[in-house]
Amino acid sequence: MPVSLSRLAVPLIALLLSWQASAADLTISAATSLTQAFKELAPLFEAQHPDTKVLLNFGASGALLQQIAKGAPVDVFASADQASMDEAQAQLLVQPAQRRNFVSNALVVIVPAGSAKAPKTLQDLATPAFARVAIGLPASVPAGRYAKALLDKAGLWASVEPKMIGAQNVRQALEYVARGEVDAGFVYATDAAAMPGKVTVAFTVPTAEVPVRYPVAPVATGPNRDAAHRFIAFLFTPSAQVVLAKHGFGKP
Amino acid sequence: MAGAWVPLALTLKVAGWATLLNLVLGVGAGFLLARRRFPGRDVLDALLTLPMVMPPTVLGYYLLVLMGRRGPLGGWLESTFGIHLIFTWQGAVIAAAVVSFPLVFKSARAAFEAVDPQLEQAARVLGMREWPVFLRVTLPLAWRGVMAGLLLAFARAMGEFGATLMVAGSIPGRTQTLSVAVYEAVQAGQDGLANFLVLVTSATCMAVLLIAGRLAPGRVAGQL
Repeated sequence: MPVSLSRLAVPLIALLLSWQASAADLTISAATSLTQAFKELAPLFEAQHPDTKVLLNFGASGALLQQIAKGAPVDVFASADQASMDEAQAQLLVQPAQRRNFVSNALVVIVPAGSAKAPKTLQDLATPAFARVAIGLPASVPAGRYAKALLDKAGLWASVEPKMIGAQNVRQALEYVARGEVDAGFVYATDAAAMPGKVTVAFTVPTAEVPVRYPVAPVATGPNRDAAHRFIAFLFTPSAQVVLAKHGFGKP
Repeated sequence: MAGAWVPLALTLKVAGWATLLNLVLGVGAGFLLARRRFPGRDVLDALLTLPMVMPPTVLGYYLLVLMGRRGPLGGWLESTFGIHLIFTWQGAVIAAAVVSFPLVFKSARAAFEAVDPQLEQAARVLGMREWPVFLRVTLPLAWRGVMAGLLLAFARAMGEFGATLMVAGSIPGRTQTLSVAVYEAVQAGQDGLANFLVLVTSATCMAVLLIAGRLAPGRVAGQL
C-alpha cells in the first residue's frame, strides 16, 4: 500500500492545513438569541459584499466574552446585555467608539404549551406549584442575569434559586421548557416566538423594569477590521432591520 | 475553593454507580456474546458497541427523548413510580453508564473468549453446576481482562461531559460533576476556580491510575 498512501498524502496534508481562516473571513460572535436572525442576515451581507465570507459563532454572551478575552480571532461582538459589553470594554477588547445598541428585546416567563399551571406574577414562581424553573446561568448568560436581577429586586431570589435549573444559554432554557422538563423558564420574547407550538408566554416583564438592549462593537484585535465596521453599519440599514423585526426584535 | 470537593464527591459517586451497573450488565452481555451463538449476534454486538463510537451529544439526545417527562420511558416511570430522571444524579449515572458500557462489554467478551472451555468442561465433569462454574472457574480466569475494562469504564465515566450535561444539567451539589464544573467556570471567566478544579481532576485521575496499578499489578496496568 505504500504507493496509494503517498498519493493520499498531499491532499491529506492540504486538508489538514486548510483550517486557517482566509483574509476575507469575517468572524462574528453573537448572543444565542440572535441565532436565527443572524443566520438570515449573513447571506444578505455576503450578497452586498461578495468578497467577504461571514463566519457565525453563537453562545452565551458571557462565554463569547471569555473566548475573546482568551484571544479568539473574532471581528464583531454582539452581546445580549450591556454588562458583557461593559466588561469587554473594561478589558480593552472592543473599540468603544464604534459601540452601538442595534436591537431591543423583552424578558418573558414561559411555560410548556398545554401546561395546566401558568404563573401570573413573579410571586407565583416562589410557590410550590413551580418545582423547577429554567434560568440561564447568571455568571455567563445575560437572560439569567436579567432574571436574577429582577427576582433579587422583588426579594424572591432566595426562594426561586433552589428550584433553578441552570442553562448554558437562553436557548437551552427554552429547550427545557419546550420538552416539559421544567414548569417555567425565563427567556426572551424572540425565543418564545421561535417555538410557538411548544411554549406559551405566561407574562412579559415590562421593559421599563428590565430594559433589554443588544450592543454591538468591533473587536479591537479583530483580523478583519474594515469588514467589521461594514457589518455593524449594515445592521442599521433598513433591509437588516426588517429581518431583525421579523424575528421579533424591537428598535434599539 | 471548598466548592471543588462537592463536585469531586459527586463525580466519584456517579462514576462508581455507573461502573457497578456495568459490572453486572457489561459482564453479562460480554459472557452472553462470547459463549452463545444466535441469529443477530453480530448486529447485537455492533449495537452494544455503538455508544463508544457515537458522539456523546447523540447519546444525550437519545436519553433525553427516552427518559424525558414526555418520553416513552420517562413518562411511564413518572406516572407509575413518580420517578423523574432528568436533572437528577441518577440520570447522570445512566448517562455515564451508557457511555462507558462498551469498554466493559468489549473487554469482558474478549476475556471470556480467551478462557479455555476445557477448564469449564472439567469443572462440569467434576459435578459443578452452571452458576458455580461461571463464578468459580470462568470469571476468575477472565477477571484481569474484566478488571481492565472496569477501570477504563470508571475513568471514562469520570470524564463524561456531553451526555451528562444534556440529561442531568448542571445543578451545583446535585448534578454538577467535575467536568461540568470546569466548563462552567471557564464560561464564566472564573479562572481561579477553573485552575483549582483542573488540578483536583488531574490529581484524582492520577490517583485512580495508581490505585489501579496497585490493585492488579502487572498486566492490568500494562493494558491501560
